[in-house]
Amino acid sequence: MSYDYDKWIRPGKLPHIWCPGCGHGIVMKGLIRALDICGLEKNNTAIVSGIGCASRLPGYIDACTLHTAHGRAAAFATGVKMAKPEMTVICCGGDGDGTAIGGNHFIHACRRNIDMTYVLMNNHIYGMTGGQFSPCTPTGAKASTTPYGNPDPIFDISKLAIGAGATFVARTTAFHATQIDKLIAEGIKHKGMAVIEVVDDCPTTYGRRNKFRSVVDMMKVLKDTAVPVVAAAKMTAEQLEGKILTGVLYQENKPEYCEQYAKVIAKAKGA
Amino acid sequence: MSSAKIEVIEKYCKGCAICAEFCPKQVLEMDAFVVTVARPQDCIACMQCELRCPDFAIKVHKG
Amino acid sequence: MAKKVAVIQGNTACALGAVYAGCNFFGGYPITPSTEVAEVLSEELPKVGGKFIQMEDEIAAMASVIGASLAGSKALTATSGPGVSLKQELIGYACIAEVPCVIINVMRGGPSTGMPTGPGQSDVQQAKWGTHGDHATIALVPSTIPEIFSETVRAFNLAEQYRMPVQVLFDEIVGHMREPIEFPEPGELEVINRTAPTVPPEKYKPYDTSFGDVPPLAAFGSNYRFHVTGLNKAQDGFPTTKAEYVDAEERRQVRKVESPENAANIEKNEEFKCDDAEVLIFAYGSTARSARYAVNKLREQGIKAGMFRPITLWPFPEKRVAALGKQVKAIVVPEMNLGQMILEVERVTKGSCALGGVHRVDGEPINPDQIMSKVKEVM
Repeated sequence: MSYDYDKWIRPGKLPHIWCPGCGHGIVMKGLIRALDICGLEKNNTAIVSGIGCASRLPGYIDACTLHTAHGRAAAFATGVKMAKPEMTVICCGGDGDGTAIGGNHFIHACRRNIDMTYVLMNNHIYGMTGGQFSPCTPTGAKASTTPYGNPDPIFDISKLAIGAGATFVARTTAFHATQIDKLIAEGIKHKGMAVIEVVDDCPTTYGRRNKFRSVVDMMKVLKDTAVPVVAAAKMTAEQLEGKILTGVLYQENKPEYCEQYAKVIAKAKGA
Repeated sequence: MSSAKIEVIEKYCKGCAICAEFCPKQVLEMDAFVVTVARPQDCIACMQCELRCPDFAIKVHKG
Repeated sequence: MAKKVAVIQGNTACALGAVYAGCNFFGGYPITPSTEVAEVLSEELPKVGGKFIQMEDEIAAMASVIGASLAGSKALTATSGPGVSLKQELIGYACIAEVPCVIINVMRGGPSTGMPTGPGQSDVQQAKWGTHGDHATIALVPSTIPEIFSETVRAFNLAEQYRMPVQVLFDEIVGHMREPIEFPEPGELEVINRTAPTVPPEKYKPYDTSFGDVPPLAAFGSNYRFHVTGLNKAQDGFPTTKAEYVDAEERRQVRKVESPENAANIEKNEEFKCDDAEVLIFAYGSTARSARYAVNKLREQGIKAGMFRPITLWPFPEKRVAALGKQVKAIVVPEMNLGQMILEVERVTKGSCALGGVHRVDGEPINPDQIMSKVKEVM
């Protein structure tokens, strides 16, 4: 049956601002289905973003939404969550926002293992400012500030999150729509910091500069390069060259930050 | 004959063609940058077009 | 019953004042000479069920404070020098999004790393103009330990009442100095909480001016949900570039502080022997302590001196300073910077009296002798 997105979309806010073929819309739909799967209440759900194309997402969702400053989503969200631990807190944003200007907040939210879900849309570029390279732009790729090809190595966002201490890390792509809601829902249900990296496409500022004839070509690449972690286990390093591992990459149970702080309060009151 | 009905919300469609390209039964076609339901009878209601539409422009109603 | 008395540091008084005001969230980052505010609150806040978090950097600390405030907390951060500079962007966010919060700035020398362990008063213009864009500022400048306590309480009151960031600036001298303080009893000082919305949730707009220039603010996690952004926005909180909305909102946000009636409510000054004064010392913060001594000494020598001490530095007490400028022959402005507030005094007195500045940026306090010499020079 057709899914009723209207129950989580603010009336009158569509169509959204994203370009034709931009995967952010697919991710937003996945996020909405995940909110629904988890049975969340709008008044008890905070969606926090930074600046950039992906960070415009909260404005469309009928919840407590906070569009902050560039890179600062995780830090604002930490304040919201600490103040009201009973709220479900979800961050969303892009790769430049989350791993460059906001990299410090991202890794420390992971380290604290604070109970929030970070949906990071990795489209390998700064889209809103017109296509400058980000920490996730592939080496050699063209961007408006890498006219000779990108000399920089990239961040592997999921590995970064695991290394920093996130206790649920998953990856999928904008092509794999049904996996988006499943993984975000698992992330929301997980107690602790969950990072869902969605490898995404920017046809306007990345695709055109990097010889993708259309958004469909970009989607085909996402389709063809994605390898589920289970399948990857049986593949050689050579076969995995250039592939995107998808699915739940890492999961463990560790003390959650707000629960730890509740113990601090108990200790202080008892002392 | 399919019992599914594909609804296109034309004012939301931005013409990216993701839906048409990845439809397993080639039910959809692009016409002047807007999707049209060319072969409704072939729809198997797999929902892939609705799921992958970034613009909330397609709804697949199962019969 | 006798009141509780203690001899404590200015930074401790600030932390305890915050608790008195009902602060229940502190987000900070260690920096000299403000760190004791964080240290004391890390101990005191959990005792009252409040939250203390040491964030990964200064910017994150400010961000956490804004987030917590939107979730209904009374939120505070404390910092110094470089930390204040780093926080500027988000102070502007709190201005435009109208999020109540308090920022303590224990001033040290600068620019850059400057002199972390020495006092300074060189952030007073930064307090007004530090973040980009047009905005109003409320900044308080206490000069004694008991006043740091009570002004921290007032800072929370003003933040909640006017729905905006309020800065409290005092320098390293009073931050680290110990003085006796008689703690006010609960209820003795006024504690103001933010105005909650009265409209049903479906009618709520976070910037609804039908309730006046300070629209009621709901909390995330209550029965109200809304959108907050740092973009220019319309009354419903959603971004807009429509000229008439942008203009109206920006003007309202300045008016809510700077309109004559609001500014009068925020203004707070001390006038010491000003009635018959022929020469005025305009002094604030720890420098006012030397100025008070200088006034008494000058009077012993037959010079009719007085001191005007703003406790609210921004909005600037324009009318009163302009009036005093017409009364006296000269105004002397001692400040631990190379001449910042003297510019405001000059602006509002419009040449009605002579002006002299005493400026010092070597990490040493301004002593009464320096002030007295300058008074004699300008008279």
